[in-house]
Amino acid sequence: MEIKSMHFKSRASAKLADVGLQHNLKKAKGKFVDKRRDAIADFCAQGGDFEALREAGKDLRNRVLADLDLWLEKFEANATARGATVLWAKDGAEACRLIVDIARKHGVKKATKSKSMLSEEAGLNQALEAAGIQPVETDLGEYILQINDNEPPSHIIAPVVHKSKEEIADLFARVHKKPRKTDIPEMTREAREVLREHFLSADMGISGGNFLVAETGSVALVTNEGNGRMVTTVPKVHVVITGIEKVIPTLEDLSLMLRLLIRSATGQHISNYVSVLTGTKGAADLDGPEHMYFVLVDNGRANLLAGEFNAMLRCIRCGACMNHCPVYQTIGGHAYGWVYPGPMGSVLTPLYTGMENALELPHAATLCNQCGVVCPVKIPLPELLRTLREKQVETNLQPLGERLALKAWAWVAARPALYALGTRFAVRYLNWLAGGRASIQVLGAAPGWTAGRDFPAPQGKTFREMYAARKRK
Amino acid sequence: MRVAFFVTCLVDLMRPRIGFASIRLLEAAGCEVVVPASQTCCGQPAFNSGDRAAASVLAKKVVAEFEAFEYVVAPSGSCADHIRTEYPGLLADEPEWHDRAVALASRVYELTDFLVNVAKVEALSSDFSGSVTYHDSCTGLRSLGIKNQPRLLLGKVPGVSVREMNGAEECCGFGGTFSVKFGEISAAIAQSKCDNIRAAGTDAIVGGDLGCLLNIEGKLRRMGDETPVLHIAEVLAGSESR
Repeated sequence: MEIKSMHFKSRASAKLADVGLQHNLKKAKGKFVDKRRDAIADFCAQGGDFEALREAGKDLRNRVLADLDLWLEKFEANATARGATVLWAKDGAEACRLIVDIARKHGVKKATKSKSMLSEEAGLNQALEAAGIQPVETDLGEYILQINDNEPPSHIIAPVVHKSKEEIADLFARVHKKPRKTDIPEMTREAREVLREHFLSADMGISGGNFLVAETGSVALVTNEGNGRMVTTVPKVHVVITGIEKVIPTLEDLSLMLRLLIRSATGQHISNYVSVLTGTKGAADLDGPEHMYFVLVDNGRANLLAGEFNAMLRCIRCGACMNHCPVYQTIGGHAYGWVYPGPMGSVLTPLYTGMENALELPHAATLCNQCGVVCPVKIPLPELLRTLREKQVETNLQPLGERLALKAWAWVAARPALYALGTRFAVRYLNWLAGGRASIQVLGAAPGWTAGRDFPAPQGKTFREMYAARKRK
Repeated sequence: MRVAFFVTCLVDLMRPRIGFASIRLLEAAGCEVVVPASQTCCGQPAFNSGDRAAASVLAKKVVAEFEAFEYVVAPSGSCADHIRTEYPGLLADEPEWHDRAVALASRVYELTDFLVNVAKVEALSSDFSGSVTYHDSCTGLRSLGIKNQPRLLLGKVPGVSVREMNGAEECCGFGGTFSVKFGEISAAIAQSKCDNIRAAGTDAIVGGDLGCLLNIEGKLRRMGDETPVLHIAEVLAGSESR
């Protein structure tokens, strides 16, 4: 996907001014946060220990990442033994080439897709179209975006969360050329009628993968709409595109990860569908693909393995960090400008697309750690964002003015006498600006602050001045 | 108990009365309070901006100034946590300083945490009266576990009633330099916080971190709302401190 993260600030401004979006975001925030909280409360009420589960999830993911090559080899061996072909892609472009080649080899004209964020990273739909193959998104949210002129998703599990029902009703009426409907079951029925044709006529199905199970060579898919099963079992070819970090050792481990993932993502105890797909259609099977391919993509992941950002590879793409992020809740996902929004996106975007393309993202966080405490695999997201800020300082990527201002402040703060003088001056300057009022409406030194709120005036003198005066008495 | 008071740079600059109220509370709890004169800032702004070098210089300064005391108390969960949680890692490359930071860390407390769990305050003589809603500041809440301490103390003031707002634990949008760098987003988050505050409809808003309080006060004033925004020390110490 084309990266627009360098325009984060102006994109965020536009999103803040979008009244409709603001309404939709407020509505979504409550749903995600409340549902997760209730699901975890239920789990704990039944004797479960969600904190222990998070710790176990973190340990499991760390164990896999410590020997990622070995687990991937094991996965490859077992998937191959079940009749699948495992292919490796260094980046998105290579993944697209491999999938286009597969499609050509099998004479594919149309490919149905269930949800995959990696295919967004790779720009797979565009690559397929360029090769004359029609990609059809079948996840309802992704379908809505595709028929809306290939709009990008704004959330990793709820791609269309930024849209209202009314907007979708307008879109359906326009694209489907049918009378406008606003009843959700009727709207989904209309989409299903369109999609059903595609499910039956597609020559290839492309899915993502929530997890790869090494011991069986399976892919596990978590969906709510049933489209994942149609995509992976009806066409004669099934292609899984996912990241190399998604492997876990056993089916037992899968049950742990599912308990974590689904509660964290949608607040369900279990999703409507959990599919574990293993190998090609056997002689005794009634359905399933004749050909199964795994395209396992690196696209920057291996680079993170040995370094200080390796905790990010634990991510299981639940979306809880963005659902709980005050910044994401306020501006939505599109402002972030690439595939992954919210805290996990602000870490991954500079790491996968280049620091210089996303300078603002690591700073676009209050470091409130709401993300860190809900992450099912305990990724210390604020710490990673701060480490990215450190990398910017080390490589001189931060704006010179900011760098100098900070250096000057720190230099003064290390010199108490000078600092005392500076703060005395600052307090008097601020009081002069306030002109006897309790707050300042325009502060030249911090226009960002006063654009949207007042700056309270200081009390009159610094604490140290007043304390020294009292001591003298 | 000999307690060194870490004023914090924001209280020094913006709200000295919070410092004096804190000292009164500590003294009333039987502490001998010392205010090291050379203190400035804990260095968190530098640390959060990615400038480890500048943050280390200030961290060493704080360690040297405060390590001789039995306890260090700050009227801020954010500053206390920075000293407690981040200094040892920040100074990890210098073994001597690292050890000194570790030795200091466990003796650094946020004010309400100290009053409840160390000084074990039983009664408070505050004459404050009215309903209040408490904003949980992020770092104090999620890193230091400051949740019940302020409510327990507010419950000891006869004239105070606490009414919880919706989303008390949600970030107010301050975030230090974030509030200036991303002023528009920050103010929009503050708006959401202030909507919850106004819906609670209390006589005052109370919190334990001045950064958040200035943010909330600034937003309320811009909205034309004059409800007092107070640090918990001001409420607990009563009218003489205000």
